[in-house]
Amino acid sequence: MGNIIRSKRFWLVAPAVVYIGFFMAVPLLQMAYVSMLERGDYGGVNWGVFSMDAYISFIFERDLMDNLVVNTDYLQIFARSFGLSAMTTVFALLLGFPTAFYISTQPQSRRNFLIFLVTIPFWTNILVRNYAWMLLLRNGGLIDGALNWMGIETGGLDVLYTPYAVSIGLTYTYLPFMVLPIYASLEKLDHRLVEAAFDLGADKRRAMSRVILPLAAPGIAAGCILVFIPCLGAYVTPELLGGGKFMMIANLIGSQFGAARNWPLGAGLGFVLLALVLISMMVYSFKFKSLPEESR
Amino acid sequence: MSEVVISAKSVGKTFGSGADKVTALDDVSVDIFQNEFFTMLGPSGCGKTTLLRLIGGFEQATSGQILLEGKALNDLPPYKRPINTVFQSYALFPHLTVRQNITFGLEMQGVARKQADDRAEEMLELVRLAQYGDRVPSQLSGGQQQRIALARALAPAPKVLLLDEPLSALDLKLRKEMQVELKRLQTETGITFVFVTHDQEEALAMSDRIAVMKSGEILQIGAPREIYEAPTHRFVADFIGDSNFLVGNLVDDGAGKRAVKLGGGQVIELTQDVSSQRSGEVTVSVRPERLGLVAENQAGANQLVGTVSTVIYFGTDTTYQIDLGNDALLTVRMQNGSGAKADFAQGERVGITMSPDSIRVLAD
Repeated sequence: MGNIIRSKRFWLVAPAVVYIGFFMAVPLLQMAYVSMLERGDYGGVNWGVFSMDAYISFIFERDLMDNLVVNTDYLQIFARSFGLSAMTTVFALLLGFPTAFYISTQPQSRRNFLIFLVTIPFWTNILVRNYAWMLLLRNGGLIDGALNWMGIETGGLDVLYTPYAVSIGLTYTYLPFMVLPIYASLEKLDHRLVEAAFDLGADKRRAMSRVILPLAAPGIAAGCILVFIPCLGAYVTPELLGGGKFMMIANLIGSQFGAARNWPLGAGLGFVLLALVLISMMVYSFKFKSLPEESR
Repeated sequence: MSEVVISAKSVGKTFGSGADKVTALDDVSVDIFQNEFFTMLGPSGCGKTTLLRLIGGFEQATSGQILLEGKALNDLPPYKRPINTVFQSYALFPHLTVRQNITFGLEMQGVARKQADDRAEEMLELVRLAQYGDRVPSQLSGGQQQRIALARALAPAPKVLLLDEPLSALDLKLRKEMQVELKRLQTETGITFVFVTHDQEEALAMSDRIAVMKSGEILQIGAPREIYEAPTHRFVADFIGDSNFLVGNLVDDGAGKRAVKLGGGQVIELTQDVSSQRSGEVTVSVRPERLGLVAENQAGANQLVGTVSTVIYFGTDTTYQIDLGNDALLTVRMQNGSGAKADFAQGERVGITMSPDSIRVLAD
């Protein structure tokens, strides 16, 4: 009986399994293969000629004497990407948690409307949204102009084409991914637990830190992951708001497949990124599992 | 009795406004004494939980005020009141261990970790779950969670403990056990318990005093025996235990005593002190087990006489329905003890014996 149900369930998910298996696993294997081939002189690869150059050149380069010397250019781009993504995640959390908390305290009918408002930016193309931010942030743009009009002499805001502009744009883009999971966990939160905390002498601040935050932790963790990881792979925002001056990982990878004509390096960089993300996720989930014991 | 701990003075509470306005409490005044097991009893929607939440500080009174040891509580938030609550759903913190749950309140008071842990052990001891400190609430049964909720609320040694239908989620056997347990805890700790329930049996078994509530008002306050044997309102007599209700006219029996004359002409004598101001139609109540049956030929003068219409055998006792005529029905419950008289059969004419002090004239 149970087997029949289980096998029927399998056929239900079979199309998804086939789709994901084929369109995710196959390209991934292809990329792994490409990353271990020799680069072709005019782009592409020399099929069948294996080489670990891609992974070696991530950290080293060959000098004129053909010796390997450490080259930190790529590492710097990775570090910058991780730093910028972390900064964006923190911004999104600082903005997103109060937003989600506020929405969760509203009456049911208004909550749905507010959640709908949070998702509205998704309706617009990401390029359009980033161009809009360029208009807002540029010198003499809307924000600069408003500040000058209010009598605050900026002498030009000088924010556009800086890492800050990129982070502002990324925060804006991924904020809903922070708000929604946190809201989901706060909405589930039993209000009587908060009352119990008050009852036992916790003021608002301590009810927040000792009861609400620990119980919303799964939502906060999910939100952080959902913001951090797409940030690492962001392409459009650093290109436009960073003015191409601040390359992030995705831009680097893109350039390897394009102008630099180094497919193996592009594929290899992709795999290094994948490995780093997987490792950080594992560390995170390990830490997160032990949270209840540590929260005291 | 000893001194007053909680005093509600003309407390009113309404929810909503305009056409949706609901009055949850209407001008309620009550004094609750030190070291008392005080129960608020009533059906759902009678305002008992609202009154409890007002005392706890989770709601604000619309009018009137609540005093704790003579000091007004009105604007004090829950966390500043030396009052703790056992919630209906227990509301244990799922992310903390049992011990951390119990020390939560102490920690908020700034009690040192070591002392708090000692106190937690003491509390676990008190609720007989000494080995469970390191578990998390989800690993406990409902009854155990209940005990931990009690331990958590008692740990900071509150002046008053509020209990919001804490036993309603337990099965019958466990509920009976916890009734005894609660009574024991109250006696051992000496803390004033304010208990809310809709279960009359629970209220009778545990309370020092009971306040019976209906539609946002307190109808009667008294010891369980008083509430059961001398109900003042039809609602009280009906809600607690079983009752017979008879309608008749208040009359003087000629000897300066008052009596009730039923529609069929029968007269029931009263020993209750009924105000001489009252006259006309009244309702009286009498408990089925306070009535007895005798064969008609043994019935004395002035005794009610009727016909047995139904006999239901319950093992320990038998319930008879007696038709008094004029649509008046009486339920009589007689114990089937060893000294029991002969059974009465359906259709038989019987006399009904009753002690006058078990007849209560009800208000309104």
